[in-house]
Amino acid sequence: MTDALERPASVLVLGATSEIARSVVRAVHGPALRRLVLAARPSAERGEVAAAFADVADVEVLDLDAADTVSHAALLDGVFSRGDVDLVLVAFGVLGDQAEFEDDVDAAVDAAQVNYVGALSVCLRAAQRLREQGSGVLVVVSSVAGMRARRSNFVYGSTKAGIDALATGLSYALEGSGARVMVVRPGFVRTAMTAHLDPAPLAVGPDEVAEAVVRGLRRRSTVVYAPAALRLVMTALQHVPRPMFRRLPL
Amino acid sequence: MSSPFREVDVPVDDRLLTGWGRTMPSRARVVRVRDVDDVVAALTSPGPRGVLVRGAGRSYGDAAQNAGGTVLDLRALDGVEVLDDGDVVAGAGVLLAALVPLLLARGRFLPVTPGTRFVTVAGAVAADVHGKNHHRDGSFGDHVRWIDLVTADGRLRRTVPGDPDHDGDLADATIGGMGLTGAIVAVRFATIAAPSTAMSVDTLRYDDLDSLMAAMVESDATHRYSVAWVDGMARGARLGRGVLTRGDHADREAAHTAVPDPEGPRVAVPPLPFGVLTRTTLSAFNAAWFRRAPRRREAEPQAVARFFYPLDGIGGWNRLYGPRGFLQYQFAVPDRSVEVVRLALERFAGLRAPSFLSVLKRFGPARATSPLSFPLAGWTLALDLPVGAPGLAAALDELDGLVLAGGGRIYLAKDSRAVPATIAAGYAGLPRFRDMRDRVDPHRILVSDLSRRLDL
Repeated sequence: MTDALERPASVLVLGATSEIARSVVRAVHGPALRRLVLAARPSAERGEVAAAFADVADVEVLDLDAADTVSHAALLDGVFSRGDVDLVLVAFGVLGDQAEFEDDVDAAVDAAQVNYVGALSVCLRAAQRLREQGSGVLVVVSSVAGMRARRSNFVYGSTKAGIDALATGLSYALEGSGARVMVVRPGFVRTAMTAHLDPAPLAVGPDEVAEAVVRGLRRRSTVVYAPAALRLVMTALQHVPRPMFRRLPL
Repeated sequence: MSSPFREVDVPVDDRLLTGWGRTMPSRARVVRVRDVDDVVAALTSPGPRGVLVRGAGRSYGDAAQNAGGTVLDLRALDGVEVLDDGDVVAGAGVLLAALVPLLLARGRFLPVTPGTRFVTVAGAVAADVHGKNHHRDGSFGDHVRWIDLVTADGRLRRTVPGDPDHDGDLADATIGGMGLTGAIVAVRFATIAAPSTAMSVDTLRYDDLDSLMAAMVESDATHRYSVAWVDGMARGARLGRGVLTRGDHADREAAHTAVPDPEGPRVAVPPLPFGVLTRTTLSAFNAAWFRRAPRRREAEPQAVARFFYPLDGIGGWNRLYGPRGFLQYQFAVPDRSVEVVRLALERFAGLRAPSFLSVLKRFGPARATSPLSFPLAGWTLALDLPVGAPGLAAALDELDGLVLAGGGRIYLAKDSRAVPATIAAGYAGLPRFRDMRDRVDPHRILVSDLSRRLDL
């Protein structure tokens, strides 16, 4: 069970090798954490993450193929049948390249399959289990890119817009169930996924995203931005008229 | 979902439940049982997430909630009888508030009462509550004659503490057992004589912790009731300054001069969108409360409620901390570890965590036969703290370490943030308690959020 200081005793991470996910686990782990389930594609990093936390919690490592939605039911049922889960973190996603997506539509469909369809599949299934459990929080890593389409990354942005809307809707659906949803909207995050790009203004590191997550959990927030200032920036940008927005260097 | 009840009209509704601290909401199917048969029906057809009884919901943390499972509301079991020998036989859901006037009218009083009268009799047993007279009269469980308990197998048994022929060890595990040994449906307990409806009270003010504690040790021998309010915000030379109130039931002559208790709460706190208890307001409040107390006033006649239940006069005072809620940290340490009390006060006065109420009490001997009973001979300190205070988690974890190193433990009825290892280290009887659960509830039908969180 999560305690009064919103420290979870058991955490399931979907997309456990993502840098944001690793930072979040580091930030929520503490004396209260007892069980950590790390689901990701098999990789050396996955083993490293598991090893890093083996001393502080019971660590379970599972294979996750985000695009293979048929496999998600068995994965989540298994995790919940072996014990309660206080926090489910959905952190997998691919960034891709806008120019490539416009040339190679199959690549764009694959990205949508992971970022939107795959995330939808795990979010809805996790929400069912959390509802039965009568407690717990689903933390979904979205992106400010989903809030208003931009010329430079609208394929990625559209996948995040989809999962953001789904997670927001789930937060309404779960009201009164004891379970809840928190949507995380980072801006530009300096990670391996973005290493080839010039950092945008208000860029943050994965640890700053994790801090925002922990702060949001403590406050029982429904949406958190990383950095927090992006809330204002995005509110402003959403109201910029289309002709002007198109010309902004975003 | 199919109903396990004889008739479909048993009131059932899905609700979010929290403790008095208003943290950690979880949803349960709340069933308002009508009689013992309903309790048996619920226990013998539990869902996948078990069953728990909730009393008046006055435990601070997650002791009276069962996420995703069934929670039984036994307030319909409200029968009361005061026997000729002064004993009370009460249904599980009877509030102590209902018993106080009944008993006073017969020249009797509760053997032990916590700081609120809005707890149920079954809750008082399950948490093995203590009062201001622990140094003299022990905990509530010390006055229990028998407990009617429906165990997980649906059997109703009359259990008698200490009596091997009547499930004595089960009764003892039930006292302080946080509702995890079965559903308490009725209790018989002894009462004490109260020659009048008033208390004779001394109020004494001390400028530092040493003089306060010395006076409290002295009062053990001279007064039945004793408790100190400590200014949790005072630091330095004023650390631990406080107001000791001690008293006894007044004789008949003194009684008529006491101002009678009001009927209900005098004021009520509405739901607030933010907390009003901040560091600034609480520093001011604590200082004002301290100065308001007389340096020394003796044998003042006081009504029972004013002496025992000062906070009951403010309806919903738990809302003062705002929507995020608060927690109470209560620990007990043996006399030899008295320094832990000082360290705790120092730690919290230094933290930016305002404490509304800090209460210091003396404890008499522990109830060794009850594995999860909290009190142990020495000192107990309780601090109310808002959960949003920065650094609170680390400060409390650190304090747990000091309490354990000092041979102490923390109170399950108040807890909302401890970890399993802290409880296992503080309660030597925990393995014995788990053995009892293995015996009477091998499938763990009786569960709570507390039992899950702390692996009880």
